[in-house]
Amino acid sequence: MDLASARQIAAALAVGLGAIGPGIGIGLIGSKALEAIGRNPEVTGIIQTNMILGIAFAESVFIISLVISLLVKFV
Amino acid sequence: MESTKNYLNNLYARAQAYVRSHPRQSTIIASVVVLLLLSLVIRVPQPHVSLSSEPLLENGPYWFTNTLLTTFVVDLILLLLVWFTTRNMSLIPSGLQNVVEAILEFLYNLAESIAGKAASVYFPWSASIFLFLLICNWTDVIPGVGSIGIIHTAHPGEVHMLSDQLAMAGGKLMLVKAAAAADEKELVPLFRPPSTDLNLTFALAISTMVLVQYYGVKAFGASYFNKFFPWKAKGEGFMKGINGFVIVLELISELSRILTFAFRLFGNIFAGEVVLATLAFLVTFLVPIPFYGLEVMVGVIQAFVFTMLSLIFFTMATMGHGGEHPEGAEQH
Repeated sequence: MDLASARQIAAALAVGLGAIGPGIGIGLIGSKALEAIGRNPEVTGIIQTNMILGIAFAESVFIISLVISLLVKFV
Repeated sequence: MESTKNYLNNLYARAQAYVRSHPRQSTIIASVVVLLLLSLVIRVPQPHVSLSSEPLLENGPYWFTNTLLTTFVVDLILLLLVWFTTRNMSLIPSGLQNVVEAILEFLYNLAESIAGKAASVYFPWSASIFLFLLICNWTDVIPGVGSIGIIHTAHPGEVHMLSDQLAMAGGKLMLVKAAAAADEKELVPLFRPPSTDLNLTFALAISTMVLVQYYGVKAFGASYFNKFFPWKAKGEGFMKGINGFVIVLELISELSRILTFAFRLFGNIFAGEVVLATLAFLVTFLVPIPFYGLEVMVGVIQAFVFTMLSLIFFTMATMGHGGEHPEGAEQH
């Protein structure tokens, strides 16, 4: 296996493995937020903003792995 | 057999009736189908993806990149918007003034819900970041951005085709360059979304975090830095070690905020742009449309998240830590 193909595999692995954790996390955040909205629909707005914030924090882990894979592939 | 034939005849008759009664609609549907089939048949060269922004002029200054040009255009759009809004201001808003007032009111309510009384201090920064990033992210979906450009002679080793493919050859994994890679010319797009340039996202992230430190110092004076260097923290032996560790943690979390701020915005918008380009080159027609809708949504969410996080960091820096300054946020 030469360097170029090793880089391709590394980029794909970085994105793929990095997506597992945040995927689970975003799923949990969404399910709990929907549960909370179902229990108490009056505070939908507050829950939604906090949900988006939580998703953004969980997603940033994936974004870092995405950037690493882009760096591996293109730089 | 008989029933199938009847069914087909029935279908044909109904289609014919539809074409007769709706000539215009049926022309549109037919052309959509024809274009879709054509786009599956016609092969187009693969797009090239560049991580950094590219200089527009081949022999010109290296800092004059396509993202810089687009940033100027975005600034111009915002300035024109403000100019047209404030030209004929009336007490009872209507038209454009109404729209802009509604947006600003939404942003002010957001700042107030997070920062409370200090909202008026943070509002200018957060609102201008939101508006600027919103227009920046939305340039992603404008037709012509990323596709109209200037042809440059390619620098070998700097062009990355999406058509590189892995292949098994003689028991070894190898990278196969597509034939299109042999082409020496490359297209430098005239416009490129500014948020896909790390320079812009890092500039915004760093200036936001510097502003966070500024508001913190303004609220607490020199004692703000006790958060990073807890000299006065009590404790013996093991607790002292813990405090030393806290210093490292606080510093790292402050620095990592800059990184995540910048990379979150860059990663989302850049990934969106790559997805749009790849899809447009795979199936040119009709298929990429839902992804454009997705990108519009991602643009709003990323601008919103950046605004929201900067408001939260401002508030966190000015709120009392350790219960020493409970009135911190109201000091200015």
